[in-house]
Amino acid sequence: MTAPASDQPWDPSKPILEIEHLSISFFTRLREIPAVMDFSCTVMPGEAMGLVGESGCGKSTVALAVMRELGKTGRIVSGSMKFKGRDLALMNDEELRHIRGSEIAMIYQEPMASLNPAMKIGAQLAEVPMLHSGMSKDEAWKLARQIVADVRLPDPDRIVNAYPHQLSGGQQQRIVIAMALMAKPALLILDEPTTALDVTVEAGIVDLVKELGKKYGTSMLFISHNLGLIMDVCDRICVMYSGEAVETGNVTEVFDKMRHPYTQALFRSIPLPGADKNARPLISIPGNFPLPHERPRGCNFGPRCDYFEKGRCDEADVPMSQVPGDDRHESRCLRWQEIDWDAPPAKREVKEKARIGEVVLKMEDLRKYYSVSTGAFGGGASKVVKANETLSFEAREGETLAIVGESGCGKSTFAKVLMGLETATSGSIMLFDENVQSTPIQKRNTDTVSQVQMVFQNPFDTLNPSMTVGRQIIRALEVFRYGASDEERKNRMLELLDLVKLPRSFADRMPRQLSGGQKQRVGIARAFAGGAKIVVADEPVSALDVSVQAAVTDLLMDIQRENRTTLLFISHDLSIVRYLSDRVMVMYLGHVVEMGTTDQVFSPPYHPYTEALLSAVPIADTRVIRKRIVLEGDIPSAMNPPTGCPFQTRCRWKSQVSPAGLCDREVPPVQVLEGGHQIKCHLSPEVLATMEPVIQIAAE
Amino acid sequence: MGLFVLRRLGVMLLTALALTFVVFYLTNLQPNLEKLARTEGSVRMTDEAVQAWIEQNGHSGSVFARYGQWLGVVPGWTYTDEKGDTRGRCFAIGQDPATAPRFCGLFQGNWGFSTFFKKPVAASLGEKLAATGWLMLAVMLVMVPTSLFLGVLSGMREGSVIDRTLSTFSIASTATPEYVSGVILVALLATAATGISPILADYGLLEPNKTLFLASATSAMDDITFWNFTLPVMTIALYGIGYIARMTRASMTEVMTQQYIRTARLKGVPFRTVVMRHALRNALIAPFTVIMLQFPWLLNGVVIVESLFNYKGFGWTLVQAASNNDIPLLLACSVVAVVVVLLTQLISDIGYVFLNPRIRLA
Repeated sequence: MTAPASDQPWDPSKPILEIEHLSISFFTRLREIPAVMDFSCTVMPGEAMGLVGESGCGKSTVALAVMRELGKTGRIVSGSMKFKGRDLALMNDEELRHIRGSEIAMIYQEPMASLNPAMKIGAQLAEVPMLHSGMSKDEAWKLARQIVADVRLPDPDRIVNAYPHQLSGGQQQRIVIAMALMAKPALLILDEPTTALDVTVEAGIVDLVKELGKKYGTSMLFISHNLGLIMDVCDRICVMYSGEAVETGNVTEVFDKMRHPYTQALFRSIPLPGADKNARPLISIPGNFPLPHERPRGCNFGPRCDYFEKGRCDEADVPMSQVPGDDRHESRCLRWQEIDWDAPPAKREVKEKARIGEVVLKMEDLRKYYSVSTGAFGGGASKVVKANETLSFEAREGETLAIVGESGCGKSTFAKVLMGLETATSGSIMLFDENVQSTPIQKRNTDTVSQVQMVFQNPFDTLNPSMTVGRQIIRALEVFRYGASDEERKNRMLELLDLVKLPRSFADRMPRQLSGGQKQRVGIARAFAGGAKIVVADEPVSALDVSVQAAVTDLLMDIQRENRTTLLFISHDLSIVRYLSDRVMVMYLGHVVEMGTTDQVFSPPYHPYTEALLSAVPIADTRVIRKRIVLEGDIPSAMNPPTGCPFQTRCRWKSQVSPAGLCDREVPPVQVLEGGHQIKCHLSPEVLATMEPVIQIAAE
Repeated sequence: MGLFVLRRLGVMLLTALALTFVVFYLTNLQPNLEKLARTEGSVRMTDEAVQAWIEQNGHSGSVFARYGQWLGVVPGWTYTDEKGDTRGRCFAIGQDPATAPRFCGLFQGNWGFSTFFKKPVAASLGEKLAATGWLMLAVMLVMVPTSLFLGVLSGMREGSVIDRTLSTFSIASTATPEYVSGVILVALLATAATGISPILADYGLLEPNKTLFLASATSAMDDITFWNFTLPVMTIALYGIGYIARMTRASMTEVMTQQYIRTARLKGVPFRTVVMRHALRNALIAPFTVIMLQFPWLLNGVVIVESLFNYKGFGWTLVQAASNNDIPLLLACSVVAVVVVLLTQLISDIGYVFLNPRIRLA
């Protein structure tokens, strides 16, 4: 390697970031763990490069390596990273410090954790220009105020004097973006910048990032596991699998003409419009992600690949090869020229639609209010938070009812009330023929408890780390008083493992030996241990990787078909909701704003909120044309909801309601449209009828 | 804020009442009173005479009534003997009972009469508290900055040589009780026969038969000097330094792994500034509570150290009161201790809110 000539001016027609054959390893006392192998990518000025892959594939390691922030154990083993022609790997601390924050800036996944809780926003922002361009404090604060306004935050004067905890998640992320932009960097690294945010907030942030990228001509390295988001933001994409880049190229080319089996499998496992749980189910990727020290010989994806050829794919390391004709399109596959990429997937099985039976759960006028006090020392007025407001619906046997909404809409409160973890303020919950509204879970009889069970969002926290998997399931059986002897319970436990498609030998494993998807299967087995009739699944797949999500959703659907279980599927992910639910209930600030069958909810007329929600979800399909409706501002606090219609502060249809001002005054009535489709809106049926579909698939 | 403090003060008052009652009950148990009678009256008193003495001096009756008298919410006892002489809680012998107030307890400012010092408790305790106050102030001035400095220094680079060295020192110092470290310090620095002083004297740096420091702090009661005050202060501070430094280190290492520290580093902030501006305030939140808890603990430490160095302060008084069965003095000591504990707790809670913008007290 030759020493970089740092004083030489950089030629703007050259790549801004050029990573060549980069390998990074983490060194533990036991062994060297290679995290990234032979990674190359080039980012041109003004270009946005997307890095996609599942957790553990090394995408964040690449980002941190560019910042030279690998911790004490991580080391760059070989390769080079040239930023404006200078090798970052050879820089000393002082040179790095000048580049960090001024030339390369980073935006992080969790905005709350990345802001200093004990420092004012303004001070954190002003620090950047004061450090890098020696600006005076007053000037730096002035610039901070201006950039805060630039990232479209309301009331910048208040915000620069606020502490991070006084802002909402979306506002915090805008502050992190503002901080990155303070020094007008040439390269922006975004590490899952919207994963912790709600979809409508995410849409706003994505728009902002794109706009600012254009305005300042900043290049971007955008890391995400969400293919739809990558398509929205990036020009180029690099798909990573197990520490290697497997396919790279122009976004549209990779999306339409993928040339690597992993990319193809990834696209087949995500619910795109047109997928259907019965006719066209998702195809999950078989097997598990290899651990870094257990990678197979040859192609890393080999053991999970449909096109695997023994003796060839598992022989030697596979190099990247150029796909001719395309724009810098490369694939790390030996067989890409032999595979028929347009062939439909072979083993797609068509499943029978589940029959929907009697009403098993009926809620009427359910309300749940909490009272909270304000003020730093406990004083202050006490306020009522209306978590659920007049919730009425029924769910039938064998049906999947999806409950959709963003954080704070009251969907989790609803689940808690149903489970009996909280009791309702008023209203009734009829479970079969029994009113359980005011019976807390401690007082419910074993039958009721075992009939209503829950699958939790985070499988990592909900299994006892010091108990074997089998023991945890048996424990659930004991609690439900299942079986007469230990022998009987043990057999039932093994059957349950079969049910969730886990090998019986897993009974003796500890939760830490299981992957995320396997843990969630154990969680499902536990929920079904007592023959549950109603299962509340609270975001059961949102913590899992996309390729595993498909398998877990399919499993839930299979069990439902067999046991005729009623599934209440709580989610914020509209793609998966559209894929698996029969009916959908959309919630906003404790109100049910729309309810109907999946087709009714996903096609016009919409409730204005549903319309915005649908348009906010990024879809990884180049054929889909999506109308962009970006909601202004954040979700109002449930502590201080708007008067009248809960959605009126962000509604774009408000002006079409007559008489004007009705939305500010009155909570709209529920309109029942054709086919039992309910919408809680003041808009007249004529106006509703003029709504256009948000998502359209262009003719091929 | 006002309401919160008011509520906390109310709770404090209740706690103080409960705690002083417990102390009152324990110090006024029958065997204690008998012992008191024998020391005040005569060692050779008969059991009957002891009983009579207890009754005649207002130590009989329900414990609640006596506690009430001590507080000053129940009228003080009076006793008229067969000669017609009247004695009572609220007046001296020979004084006219009619002119004496009916109530005379804590609330009226009457802390009782110390049987050991033979003067009113308030007067004898006052000067001792002042002496201990100076000692505590000196300890805090040495202990807090030193320990925070050591803690931050070792916490900012976890696992480094500095960290390991300082951690070893902190663990050793906090693992050594005062009665051990005090003796070691005296032997090392304050005798003319062993330790450093004779060596220094050999080199001519110290006059022969003089010591580097003085092993007795009695003279510090009148005039505090570096020479007579260093050893007691160091003995108490050493233990605390290790303890607080450990807490600060733990909190500092945790803060240094936080994502906002990474944010600051990736903004290009130099390491020194990262530590001083970004990490310090967050890292001080946890040790602050510990430092405030050190105040009541210092009361403990001074008992041993004041006895060891013969410094006549609060701790020394407590020891004298306990060993001489001086009930009013013991009670007064307990009141002081309770107030110190509860006040520092209150200050620590309020200070916490100001240090940590996220905390709201409810």
